[in-house]
Amino acid sequence: MAGAGMGAALEAQSEATLRVFRGEADSVGEAVDYRVPIAPGMVVLDALHSIQAQQAPDLAVRWNCKAGKCGSCSAEVNGRPRLTCKTRMDSLPLNEPIVVSPLKAFPLIKDLVTDVSWNYKVNKKIPAFQPRAGVQWKMDQRDVDRVQEFRKCIECFLCQNVCHVLRDHAKHEVFAGPRFFVRTAGLEMHPLDGVSRTKLLKDEMGLGYCNITKCCTEVCPEEIHITDNAIIPLKERVVDEFYDPVMMLVRKIRGA
Amino acid sequence: MTATYETHEHDVLIIGAGGAGLRAAIEALANGARVGLVCKSLLGKAHTVMAEGGIAAAMGNVDQGDDWRTHFCDTMRGGKFLNNWRMAQLHAQEAPERVRELEQWGALFDRTESGDILQRAFGGHTFKRLCHVGDRTGLELIRTLQDRGVQQGIDVYMECTITRLIKDGDRIAGAFGYWRETGRFVMFKAKAIVIATGGIGKAWKVTSNSWEYTADGMALAYEAGAELLDMEFVQFHPTGMVWPPGVQGLLVTEAVRGEGGILRNRNGERFMEKYDPKRMELSTRDVVARSIYTEVKEGRGTPHGGAFLDISHQPAEYVKKKLPSMYHQFKELADVDITTGPMEVGPTCHYMMGGIRVDAETAQSTVAGLFAAGEAAAGLHGANRLGGNSLSDLLVFGRRAGKAAAEFAGTASAARLDAAQLEAAEREMLAPFEHKGEYPYEIHRDLQETMQSLVGIFRTEEDLQKALHNIEELKPRLDGVRIDGSRMFNPGWHLTRDLRSMLLISEAVTRSALARRESRGAHSRIDFPQLGDEWGKKNNLIVNRGGTMTLQQNPVRELPEDLQKILAETK
Repeated sequence: MAGAGMGAALEAQSEATLRVFRGEADSVGEAVDYRVPIAPGMVVLDALHSIQAQQAPDLAVRWNCKAGKCGSCSAEVNGRPRLTCKTRMDSLPLNEPIVVSPLKAFPLIKDLVTDVSWNYKVNKKIPAFQPRAGVQWKMDQRDVDRVQEFRKCIECFLCQNVCHVLRDHAKHEVFAGPRFFVRTAGLEMHPLDGVSRTKLLKDEMGLGYCNITKCCTEVCPEEIHITDNAIIPLKERVVDEFYDPVMMLVRKIRGA
Repeated sequence: MTATYETHEHDVLIIGAGGAGLRAAIEALANGARVGLVCKSLLGKAHTVMAEGGIAAAMGNVDQGDDWRTHFCDTMRGGKFLNNWRMAQLHAQEAPERVRELEQWGALFDRTESGDILQRAFGGHTFKRLCHVGDRTGLELIRTLQDRGVQQGIDVYMECTITRLIKDGDRIAGAFGYWRETGRFVMFKAKAIVIATGGIGKAWKVTSNSWEYTADGMALAYEAGAELLDMEFVQFHPTGMVWPPGVQGLLVTEAVRGEGGILRNRNGERFMEKYDPKRMELSTRDVVARSIYTEVKEGRGTPHGGAFLDISHQPAEYVKKKLPSMYHQFKELADVDITTGPMEVGPTCHYMMGGIRVDAETAQSTVAGLFAAGEAAAGLHGANRLGGNSLSDLLVFGRRAGKAAAEFAGTASAARLDAAQLEAAEREMLAPFEHKGEYPYEIHRDLQETMQSLVGIFRTEEDLQKALHNIEELKPRLDGVRIDGSRMFNPGWHLTRDLRSMLLISEAVTRSALARRESRGAHSRIDFPQLGDEWGKKNNLIVNRGGTMTLQQNPVRELPEDLQKILAETK
């Protein structure tokens, strides 16, 4: 029945060690070990809550739904960007400490909480959905399917965290990051949208900085094909519009 | 004095950034108000994001016979006629326009063959009525509203918690709160305030609600003198996950049953045949929750104490397409493939029908300038809410609250912020740093145990009295609660304020439940198992009389003739 294998896998192990980053914005910070009793099906966020309730009541963790739907509890677990509410303890080696640290691409606030406000500023730059004049509000499910993939995004910002343009090169000023290419793709490919955002993609969102290493796609908990379905088609749109005069001419003739 | 706090000034301040708060903000802005929106978490993380099944609106895209009248009747019948009929009428009439508006702002719903918005069946709805996006309708709704609001120019204060409303005489003057990141205090001057803070699910142990659902807005409004209505009616959603322990209570959308899911007990019996042979799995939530509870109690539960919910007779691709998050949720968290086998489900505390008493047209509370919408407000759903009627509630009454608040602010003069009230608010927040008692988490756990075991699906006089006694005992413990660490992003400190709201409103729930000596909708008394004729004419009201919680009954407003006629015709 439900999770028959789960209890067995954990039977041998009744406790785990979490090595959690503790520190505030202006301090150096340190990793602190906590022993946590484990239960079947337990996730890393459960373990963090247990630490909060029993050992460190001021441990800062951002979370909301604990159901993989809100994207609040992002952190790095054993070096890998994850939603802690969906990371099962029994998927990790429990004979060594589980290392939990905050996202690296954003400034630290405290413990596992980072300042992600930059993302909200980027979002503001993207022109909203604008229906074409005189549209009929009819859409084919097949056209909707394509865009619904992008709209699954829960804004966990794991893709932003793992993107080397932001993580290693800190190009936050000139590069919007995968999350906002996904968002823009959702608007650009909306069957009834009438606005072009290609100039913005090229000039202000820095789409050209992405060299399609697909790191973002690998960490997306919603399994959005960020690179293949969002970024590459957007790159093609930018190329068509700004770097391919022949195509521009052809489109102009066909469109006329 | 007031100069020492960081201060922001708005015509309309909205507390809470779920569907109702965002819709109110958009409307207030469209009506010329300067709007501030405060939320406890980051923008876009509110509980609306977890709504799965859909928005109920009588658009008639799938079942052409549907119209607002049928939706109105379904809502009244679901609420066992305790609903504010005018709210139920406005809701049914305006919901379709609110959905179309969302689409015009960029929301993408699933489609019918002819390209219209697709609608699905849901419990208690006569027709296929729920506009949806797979099983992530709430995410689509909140993202659409969030982007619309931000583009239109709402000022958003994220991770900011309001701890007190400030009054100037009888009217609202502003709010006092703190920034989670720094722990610094902040105040807001406002001519009108809209409360859109949701419910109180976190007072129960098994709940589908996120950490934010701690009754803040109801407590703030009550403390400011507003009345609370129908507080005994707490909805237990029939289908939450029951295993593994860490995810107990996590919502399993009603859309599973809407798409044909079947409930069975451990003996393989389709037990809804016994409880509601006509509507079966698509009976109202109160009935299905009680049925599952009874099956388990009488020894026919599943290995982990629930019922089996099976959708595996539908093609695997269809299940993955229509219920993708359910598929992943069970696969990843419970090792169950719902396309090949059943889920185990049981009741989970989900929604508060009761809340701040408001005027149907304007959503204004009994305090001038204080408005409320969404789950924090009461009236639309009566004794039991139908699935899908919450998202439509947020839109219809969020819009009405925003509009009325902007109009109120347009005619109101600037209010004065009273220094004494601000200082008291500050003292209240700082006091726990002086104490050496227990951690707040223990008090929270004990409150959850009490509400879960004594104020649950089935209630008795004895249990409810015991619950009141327990809540009384928790109060001094909370007064002595201890905080470790600094004011910076300190969850323990935050919980002490949340607990104050939860204790207060849990008491209101328990007192109202004690008073209602009958069983109606979500309120089931083992000692009074029948519908009571007299109680069908009364709403319970919680009133703050000089700091003392008092209970009174108000007559249910009688339906006008035209609506009575509609009800009689659709029988």
